[in-house]
Amino acid sequence: MPAISFQSVSKTYSTDRGPFQALDGVSLDIQPGEFFGLLGPNGAGKTTLISILAGLNRATSGRVQVMGHDVREQPALARRQLGVVPQELVFDPFFNVRETLRFQSGYFGVTGNDDWIDELLASLGLTDKANSNMRQLSGGMKRRVLVAQALVHKPPVIVLDEPTAGVDVELRQTLWQFIAKLNREGHTVLLTTHYLEEAEALCGRIAMLKQGRVVALDRTSELLRSASSNVLRFKLDAALPPELASKARVVGRIVQLPAHDAAEIERHLSAVRQAGLVAEDVEIRKADLEDVFLEVMNQQQSPMPGGGSA
Amino acid sequence: MMGWRALFYKEVMRFWKVSFQTVAAPVLTAVLYLLIFGHVLEDRVKVYDQVSYTAFLIPGLVMMSLLQNAFANSSSSLIQSKIMGNLVFLLLTPLGHWSWFVAYVGSAMVRGLAVGLGVFAVTALSTPMSFVSPVWILAFALMGAALLGTLGLIAGLWAEKFDQLAAFQNFIIMPMTFLSGVFYSIHSLPTFWQGVSHLNPFFYMIDGFRYGFFGVSDVSPWLSLGLVASTLAVVAGIALHLLRTGYKIRG
Repeated sequence: MPAISFQSVSKTYSTDRGPFQALDGVSLDIQPGEFFGLLGPNGAGKTTLISILAGLNRATSGRVQVMGHDVREQPALARRQLGVVPQELVFDPFFNVRETLRFQSGYFGVTGNDDWIDELLASLGLTDKANSNMRQLSGGMKRRVLVAQALVHKPPVIVLDEPTAGVDVELRQTLWQFIAKLNREGHTVLLTTHYLEEAEALCGRIAMLKQGRVVALDRTSELLRSASSNVLRFKLDAALPPELASKARVVGRIVQLPAHDAAEIERHLSAVRQAGLVAEDVEIRKADLEDVFLEVMNQQQSPMPGGGSA
Repeated sequence: MMGWRALFYKEVMRFWKVSFQTVAAPVLTAVLYLLIFGHVLEDRVKVYDQVSYTAFLIPGLVMMSLLQNAFANSSSSLIQSKIMGNLVFLLLTPLGHWSWFVAYVGSAMVRGLAVGLGVFAVTALSTPMSFVSPVWILAFALMGAALLGTLGLIAGLWAEKFDQLAAFQNFIIMPMTFLSGVFYSIHSLPTFWQGVSHLNPFFYMIDGFRYGFFGVSDVSPWLSLGLVASTLAVVAGIALHLLRTGYKIRG
């Protein structure tokens, strides 16, 4: 039984400009114990998918199950299995950190939970903030409380929606060490992030969403292998020749071109030379997840790298 | 599960932490009403024989404060949570519609009754009061608080902005409380307005509540009880339906 199962999930919003399809037949299963990454540009449908999973939103069609419980038909059972860290930095200004966590625990019917709350506070570096009002905390501290709130009822499945957006390096490290530990202890983790380095380092398997569809679904290592294996990187003072410009990723003077083999690298460089330009600081590096991501997102027709197998 | 108790407790703590604003301030307001109206009208208005105007006014003010604060508690808690975004913490939990209902309406009743008791404790010092039938007093206090707590719940779910809630409060709740016989017997009104008052459920709450103190009322307390109870049943049914379907809180 998968920890999370999305079966042909579609969602259409009605807007002023007519219907908008946020999700279009998303199907994927996440197995217990996985560390799973959900990637995609803004507006791809990641948060909508997570909202449907968490019961904050309803799918127009399709089914979603958490540990075998349908989120529509058995919402209480499904939500008990889930710990969701919302993307927005929200808090209740009336209470301090410990009160917030006690109430959250109580909503799940878990009382006398102070030992676990203390452990969560310690693991997230919040012990000395336990009696501070939520209003007095910095953004990073509020983010830690959000994580603690999601875990207060010891859910087997943890969902993190952009947990490191706008978070400093230290907190990111603390957070990932803690989440990785929970994952090693058997918790299933579903993560959405814009930081592709984080996804590459943490996630065993990745799905990429584009305009509400799954356009890639595979083990992280397979995704890296299936993409162009190398990237040619150099600096240039003038505009690229048109035949290269269409393939290149350009940031300021830095040009990056995907290349499968040595011959392709030579072709790229000779095209630059024939245009009468001089490439400086030329280097070749292995493709990383960001390259894979851009390659997948730029494909017009969307084949599934790795064939979508689990 | 017992999750509703945590939510009920949280909702009570929420207003209790700012009790100066949520309990003390409305008590003061009611005392000012009593001072002004009682002073001006004491010798001019006689509603029932044997009952001074000040004594007549006190149950009206108690009930008015109780109703307004029960409404304010559930409605402002919900709209704040919606606008702050922290309602998500409840939406993520297994709490069902009955738990939400009991917690929000229960805590609204606690606040309404606390304010009502406060108003009574302070105002009753000014004139001797009778208690013909405490059971009627309690019954109407509890049902009035429940009804307005439930209306506040519906208004809080419906409103998307503070000014929508303020409109609900100022254009519906306030006129209905003021035109319900808090300050006068509706028998002193022209016939047409007497008829209009009979359509106002708030009139029956205040009239029945007053009956508990003096043993006299404009209409039979049984009629008032029946009407208030059926209004409560209908409004509670609507509130539970809205909570069950996630009206305006689940996409």
